[in-house]
This record gives sequence, structure tokens and C-alpha cells, in this order.
Amino acid sequence: MLMFKNTLTRSRRYWLWIASLLFVILAGSLCYVLQLIHGLVVTGLSRDVSWGLYIAQFTFFVGIAASAVMVVLPYYLHDYQQFGRLTLLGELLAVTAVTMCILFIFVDLGQPSRIFNIVLHPQPQSVMFWDMIALGGYLLMNAVIAAVTLIAQRQHVPVPGWIKPVIILSIPWAISIHTVTAFLYSGLPGRSYWLTAILAPRFLASAFASGPALLILLCLALRKLTGFDAGREAIQKLAVIVTYALAINIFLILAEVFTAFYSEIPAHEEHFEYLFIGLNGDYRLVPWMWLSVLLSWVALALLLVPRWRANIPRLAVACAAIFISIWLDKGLGLIVGGMVPSPLGAVTRYVPTLPESTIVLGIWAVGALMITVFYKITLSIWKEN
Amino acid sequence: MKITRKDFLRLSGLGLLALAGRKAVRALSGWSFAQTSASAAKPIRWGMAFDLGKCRHKDGCNRCIQACHSTHNVPQFADRAHEIKWIWKEPFQNVFPAAQTDYTRDFYGSLPVLLACNHCDDPPCQDVCPVDATWRRDDGVVTIDFHRCIGCRYCMAACPYGSRSFNWQDPRPAIATVNPDFPTRTKGVVEKCNFCEERLAKGQGPACAESCEEKAIVFGDLEQPDSELRQLLRSRFAVQRKPELGTGPSVYYIV
Ligand code: SF4
Ligand code: SF4
Repeated sequence: MLMFKNTLTRSRRYWLWIASLLFVILAGSLCYVLQLIHGLVVTGLSRDVSWGLYIAQFTFFVGIAASAVMVVLPYYLHDYQQFGRLTLLGELLAVTAVTMCILFIFVDLGQPSRIFNIVLHPQPQSVMFWDMIALGGYLLMNAVIAAVTLIAQRQHVPVPGWIKPVIILSIPWAISIHTVTAFLYSGLPGRSYWLTAILAPRFLASAFASGPALLILLCLALRKLTGFDAGREAIQKLAVIVTYALAINIFLILAEVFTAFYSEIPAHEEHFEYLFIGLNGDYRLVPWMWLSVLLSWVALALLLVPRWRANIPRLAVACAAIFISIWLDKGLGLIVGGMVPSPLGAVTRYVPTLPESTIVLGIWAVGALMITVFYKITLSIWKEN
Repeated sequence: MKITRKDFLRLSGLGLLALAGRKAVRALSGWSFAQTSASAAKPIRWGMAFDLGKCRHKDGCNRCIQACHSTHNVPQFADRAHEIKWIWKEPFQNVFPAAQTDYTRDFYGSLPVLLACNHCDDPPCQDVCPVDATWRRDDGVVTIDFHRCIGCRYCMAACPYGSRSFNWQDPRPAIATVNPDFPTRTKGVVEKCNFCEERLAKGQGPACAESCEEKAIVFGDLEQPDSELRQLLRSRFAVQRKPELGTGPSVYYIV
């Protein structure tokens, strides 16, 4: 109760922001009703490209969720005190991201009313079963950790001791959610773009670049809007983490490209060709994929030089570039690129439709709303202290 | 009897999870069966062969496709993106991309080849389904429960043959005449060739094989050494689609 009261004193700008988010959520919900009535025919998906934007967003946000471990681990395992406050912000970001993931899976289902079949007929041989356990557990853990921490801080008492093992468990668990999500794809025979042992490592590297980059951006926004300062040293440390993760991610992508093109095995080459060169006259994704490459190289250059990294506007540009770059790679190219060409060699165009994109935006707005409310509550508690 | 990928996953999944008794009993009985199977009677494993030479005799013949699709209430949608098909034709070079050379492509590349679900011995579509809505029956038929499928389309991603279709919309308006003996589907579920399991139950063969005047489709029990199918596979050279993936297709092509 007390927490909700904290959210009540608001400025005009704040309410405007909330109102626009609610508007987008409403638009997304209406489009979802349309999809419920007519079926997934309202999307741009097809027999050949049977997964698209929804599943890609799911994958991307599992990464954002997992990346909370990049602040949790230094703080709890290495006692890196500068991350004290960032840790809570990261956990709240994880809660938000996992919620978005669940929504993205839900809107992708053809028969959403049967979703409980997953619980009624559990299938341990399906990776989706393990993904459900991983994501559900991670959501629960982070929600409990964040709530317990917040309440303790509110009441000026130390966090209860029993939460420590939960926090420690959440560290390998974070790795597991993105690993299992990669296994969803990398264990499928006949989808050469995904059938690679470094898919899980790649997922983790791109997650640990994009997630902390988003956290830096959120902290910079908080400083502008509310005056809350996460601390220069903490932000810089986070920037170093982003730099390493981004470099590893670029390295892993290049390793993939080498294997595909030096081996010259057609099944491995053609997905990269489709994404980066174009196949059978379909060049739709080519500019976006190259934009992704360009942005990640620019970001790496900006981050590698310590003097540039220390410059806040430059750091912000680099973080935005990383976020967009990895979103293009994972939230767009990964799924579509894996499905085109199809097992029968067909290059089928996939263009998300307006209702489909609106539903995606609606879920993004749910995430933005959750983060706004969560951070608002947290900041008001910190202010009181 | 070999331990299939499915058995392995199911057993290891069980070990990790200590799941409730039902599955344990099922897996354990499967295990003990594996050890005593030498004495047990060989189970049925339904299979099929497409004789491509015979199939080409009559140009543009689509009798088998029509027979299947009208028997199973398969809707006809005009746009390729949303079409549903259980058995259809594709150019040879798409079905057997690795069997092409620069010199044969001109002639063979565009010849039509029949395809359908391969009713894999170790089907990846079954492994991935999170709700057990698709599974390999003991007689080798890979079937779908249209009432349980949640429409996640994981099986479509897992099938390396593009055998599965999804009902992007309500299929009923697109069925010319409904066959009352077979269920129609709803929007949001996956479907594919079912080896005419409903006809097998009545002792009949698949509709496609029955409809073919050229006898280009041969159906039978792969475990039965003297079945017509096995005799054919002995006397003529036959291939499977993508056998290197280890899925064990039950559909053969006499090339
Ligand atoms: S061909 Fe595809 S749908 Fe049919 S059993 Fe094999 S994997 Fe499953
Ligand atoms: S679409 Fe249906 S049959 Fe296919 S994996 Fe999902 S629930 Fe199973």
C-alpha cells in the first residue's frame, strides 16, 4: 500500500508519458483482439516464415533479462559496492524483461486459450518445457529479491539473511535462461543458421552487451529526469563490461561467418547470404543487417578508447548504437534469417504487418510502463532515506 | 532396439526432474521392452514409396493430391503464404538439392516430385512439442492431436522437411465439400499428412495410394520382409530425403 502511495505525486510530464504508454498498450490490445478473431493471418507470418517478430522479440528480451547478472555478480560475489544501487535497478529490469518475454510467447500462440496444456501435459524432452521453468523461476527469483530489498530499504533494516542464497542461485540461473533459449533453436536439425554450438555463447555475449547498455541509458535518463545519480564509477565500470561483451560478440559473429564462407557449404552460406547480400532478389533485410554491423563497430570504437568512454554523451551514443545493433541482429535477423531459405529452398518475404507491429509496440509499452513505475517507487524510497 | 533420441531425452529429463509416476512407468516399461524385444513379435512400421518414373507418366496428374485433400478436409487457400497442404509436388532440385549436378539440373531439376510428411522414425517434431500434441505411434505413424495443439509452431521450425502447415485462419470456409467422416480443424493449429490413420484403422490403405492409377505410390509395412513395399525396396534403388539428419524417414523415393 505504502509503495503505491509513493507513485502518486507526479509531475505533468510524467502523466503525459504514462498516458501515451497506456494509449500504445490500448492500441496493441485492440490489434490483439483482431488477431484473436481472425487468427495469425493478420501477421506477416507464413508457412515458410512461421516465426517472426514475436519470437525474435522474445529472444532479445530474454537476453536483457539475463544481463542483470552483470550487476548482480560483481556486487554479491565480488562485493563491488559501487553497484549497490544498480543491482536493484538491474533486477527490476529483469522482472520487466521476463514479463515481456512471456507476453511475446503468448501473443505468438495460435490457440492461446490452451496455454495451460503446457502445465497439464509437461514434456521434459521439449526445450520449451525447460525454458518455461527457467524463465518462470527467474521471474519469481528476481521479483522476490527486488521486493525484499525494497521493503528492507524502506524500513531501514538490513535485508533478511535467507535472501542471500536466492540471490546466489539467481546468478547461474540467469546464464541458464539464455542458454536454454539458445537451445530452443540450436538443437533443430536442418536449420543451419541456428545449428551451431556457439549460438548460446553468442546469445550470452550479445545479452551482456545490450542489457548493460540499456541499463546505462536508463541511468543517464534517470539522472536527467530525476537527478538520481548512479555514480560515475559504477557507470564507467558498466561501460567496461559492455565493451568486453561487445568485443566478444563481434568475435563470435566473425567466427560464424568464417566457418560458413570458408567451408563453402551451401546450406550454411545461404542464410548469411540472404541476410547480408540478398537471395533470389529479396534484399529487404540487407540494409538493416549492415546497419547492425556498422553500429556495433562504431560503438566498439567509441568504447575502446577510455577517454571517449568517459565522455557521457559519447557513451550514451555508443550504448544506443549497441542496443539498436543487437536488436537488429537478434530481434530481427536471427529468426527470419534462420527460416529463410526454407527447408525446400524457398525465399519467402516476411514483412511484419501493422497489427503485428502494433502488438509488439504494445508489449514494449507494457515494459516501459513497468520500468517507469518500478523505478519511480525505488527512487522515492531512496529519496526518503 | 536402439535407444532413440526421444528415449534418451525423456529418461534424462526424468532423472533431473523426478517427474510424476505416469511418465516414469511409461519410460520404464519401454526400457524393459527394449531388453526383451528379441523374443517379442516385430511391431508394424508403416512406410511408403513414391515411384517417380511412374508418377511422371501422366503429365499434370494430381489425383493423389485431390484424393488426400478432399478426404481430409484440407482447405484450399490461394495465397502461398497461408496455404495448407498434406501432399504436394515440388521441383526435384528443391526436394533433393544435394542430388543435383550442373549437367543433370537442366532436365531433372524441374521435374515434379511428390512430398508429404516422412513419418520419421525419430521425429524432431515430436521431440520439441511442449504439450505432447504430436507423437510417433507404435506403428510409425506420426500424428497430431488437433485439440491439444497450442499453435506454438515449434514443430514447424523443427521439421527439416517443411512438411507441416499451420491454420493461419479459420479453414472451414475454404473447404469446397466437407467430408463428414473426418474432422475439420480450427484456426491456430498445425496439421500435416497422417498416413491416413483413420483408414488404416479400418484396414484400408492411404487415399493417395488408392487413387493412383499408375500405382506410383506403394504403401506397406517396413518391418515385414515380404511386404510389397519391402520387395520394391529390394529390387529398385531408393533414397530418402536428408537421411544424414538421422530422422529416419519412412518415405522412400524410387528414382
Ligand atoms: S517429416 Fe517432419 S512432420 Fe513428418 S515426422 Fe518427420 S519431422 Fe515430423
Ligand atoms: S504447434 Fe502444436 S503440434 Fe506443433 S509443437 Fe506446438 S503444440 Fe505441438
